Amino acid sequence: MKIKADTGRCIGAGMCVLTLPQVFDQSEDDGTVVVLDAEPSADVAPAVNRAVQLCPSGALSVEE
Amino acid sequence: MTEATPRLATYPLTRERAFDPPDELARRRAEAPVQRMTYADGHEGWLVTGYAEARAILADNRFSTRPELLHSPIPQRGEFRGEPLTPGFFLRMDAPAHTRYRRLLTGQFTVRRMKQLEPRIQEITESRLDAMEREGAPADLVESFALPIPSLVICELLGVPYEDREKFQRDSAVLLDLGSSMADIRAAVQDLYSYLHDLVTAKAKEPADDILSGLVAGAELTTEEIAGVGLLLLIAGHETTANMLGLGTFALLTNPDQLAVVRDDPAAVENAVEELLRYLSIVHIGPTRTALEDVEVGGALIRAGEAVTLSIGAANRDAGRFEGGDVLDVSRSAHGHLSFGHGIHQCLGQQLARIEMRIAYPALLRRFPNLRLAVPAREVPLRSNMAIYGVHRLPVLW
Repeated sequence: MKIKADTGRCIGAGMCVLTLPQVFDQSEDDGTVVVLDAEPSADVAPAVNRAVQLCPSGALSVEE
Repeated sequence: MTEATPRLATYPLTRERAFDPPDELARRRAEAPVQRMTYADGHEGWLVTGYAEARAILADNRFSTRPELLHSPIPQRGEFRGEPLTPGFFLRMDAPAHTRYRRLLTGQFTVRRMKQLEPRIQEITESRLDAMEREGAPADLVESFALPIPSLVICELLGVPYEDREKFQRDSAVLLDLGSSMADIRAAVQDLYSYLHDLVTAKAKEPADDILSGLVAGAELTTEEIAGVGLLLLIAGHETTANMLGLGTFALLTNPDQLAVVRDDPAAVENAVEELLRYLSIVHIGPTRTALEDVEVGGALIRAGEAVTLSIGAANRDAGRFEGGDVLDVSRSAHGHLSFGHGIHQCLGQQLARIEMRIAYPALLRRFPNLRLAVPAREVPLRSNMAIYGVHRLPVLW
């Protein structure tokens, strides 16, 4: 899977970081999403999908 | 669409049981998750009680939060439409105006920043517990614990002197009281706004290490806007968590098996906090939005200009999303609840609120393993008259 993040849409709520901190972080400047690992291993796929689902602004998406 | 029961003429506020949303809302959800409701000014708008439908509306920028478009779902706030917006009060702005303010603040409320506050929040919590022990039982848990912890934390973060709490707590109470007249609301906004305006002006001369000083130094907002941002964060930062701590403790005391889990199992606290947020849904009314264009939601066509009031409580109990949702079950995964909202206005301070609750509930229950109500449960005064639900007082013994 490949994670795509739209920092223009992101509102910095931090739900992705809370869900999967080894894959997502937040910028120190404006709190928007920073993807640490855009192609994470398959074992974290359920958590990635949950982060995408929880994102309030629709800033995250996944390409299989 | 045929209507089995007459259209609601006002949003229901009376809770038959302390921890459940008004029964009327559950009945309406079973009937139709999106249905017509008449507003205080006679406007024919909508009531949304289903989880999927409420979430979709919150995520949809075709629904506006601007006050000049607002219709009130209750007569008490019928005159609210047309009130001028306090500068910087970005909760009531749509994108992109909203985005500008939110972006200046999100960096201050990241998961990492909030985690760094943990030791300080623990210290504040322990000092409140020490004070309770010193002063002895009985105590009002709201006054001695639930309110001071988030108030102290938000004061330190923003740079507002805690000694001034009587003023801002009094003004907040007027703003959240659904029985307040518009004249009283205007006076409370003005009082709190001018207080914060003075404070921001003082910080320009003597900056400190706090959010308001940071906004002054950033020079992207005017003093008027920073005062308005401060007003929003000060109210949102203490009333909400305070009521979750008060009502949440009440709920745990009446569910001893659930209380034991929170007290004894540190690994269970994270889920327990989410479940308490979902189950209690302290946002007592709304939010209300206005459609900017025609939008179809849950089979209903909402026309441009029509008002939509969501029930967070009803949505969070929707069995289609949370099975057995009327039961408090701290072991369930309640992630995805709408208690912090959803979409671009989702709570800015949610990670702070989570950490405050994750620290405060277990610390209280471990310090006082025999914590119990000092009055019968039915005598605990409930905040059915406030925009943020909870308990006015929680008399406890230990």
